Amino acid sequence: MTEDRSFSDRDDQHLITALRAGDEHACMALVERYQATLIRLALMYVGDRGAAEDVVQETWLGVLQGIGRFEERSSFKTWLFRILTNRAKTRGVRDGRTLPFSAVAASGDGEDDGVGIDRFFPPGHEFAGAWSSLPTDWDGLPEARFLTDETRGVIDRAIETLPPNQREVITLRDIDGWTADEVRNALDLSETNQRVLLHRARTKVRQALAEYLER
Amino acid sequence: MNELTRATTDDLTCRELVALVTAYLEQALPDHERLRVERHLAHCVGCHRYLAQMRQTIALTGQLREDDLTEEARVDLLKALRDWRWGRGEAERAGGE
Repeated sequence: MTEDRSFSDRDDQHLITALRAGDEHACMALVERYQATLIRLALMYVGDRGAAEDVVQETWLGVLQGIGRFEERSSFKTWLFRILTNRAKTRGVRDGRTLPFSAVAASGDGEDDGVGIDRFFPPGHEFAGAWSSLPTDWDGLPEARFLTDETRGVIDRAIETLPPNQREVITLRDIDGWTADEVRNALDLSETNQRVLLHRARTKVRQALAEYLER
Repeated sequence: MNELTRATTDDLTCRELVALVTAYLEQALPDHERLRVERHLAHCVGCHRYLAQMRQTIALTGQLREDDLTEEARVDLLKALRDWRWGRGEAERAGGE
């Protein structure tokens, strides 16, 4: 199911060749493909939507200027993200914002698993660590409950309230369909950090969904 | 509620499984850990449901993809692209400074 929303490097390659030849459709196809992701990423560094849109616009200009020098062997995605983060950081510094991405990535290891410790029998109990109340079987809920705008809204809000680094990782992985390696490269994260951030983010989104679906 | 009793007889608790669920789905666990998780899942209804919820969460999140390109940004970009093409043509005519 990732096929329709995850773009392969080969697709990009095709468009880049056309872009170099000055093909407008290819340019706009690339822009459409990455715009939403770039804006979300820029928002991690700059204060508001307007500034993020500026940064993304500058990024595309940077792409046009640099496309001739772009090494076809490397991933376009990674290259594009480097341009974006460089520009976003510059803008963020100018606006007095500092948000070093990886510096905060590994912190908060004491964070609970987002399920609620009270869902398990406490240490010392005969069944310590086992569910004290079982998770609900979502397959027993009507299909229609999952497909509403309201459900989408619940997920949207849950993602919005995540810490920025968790938000970015879950967005790239689960919405935009990137692979773990692509996310690690673009955000300069270790394998473990990428996974920890994804884990925390998914756990919180699941929790929000559970509260909504099971109420 | 027999499942609860049986889950704790395994060497992995439900609480531990919940912490490992992403690593499991990412296929990042070493073989012996993966087997522990699978053994536990095989007879724990609670964790089986939890894993299913996690998969459903991922699938639902995947439906949020959207296009964020405003009309204004589109017009600006097209203009930039035309300027760029035009400028490149100029540079070539000028001997590619």
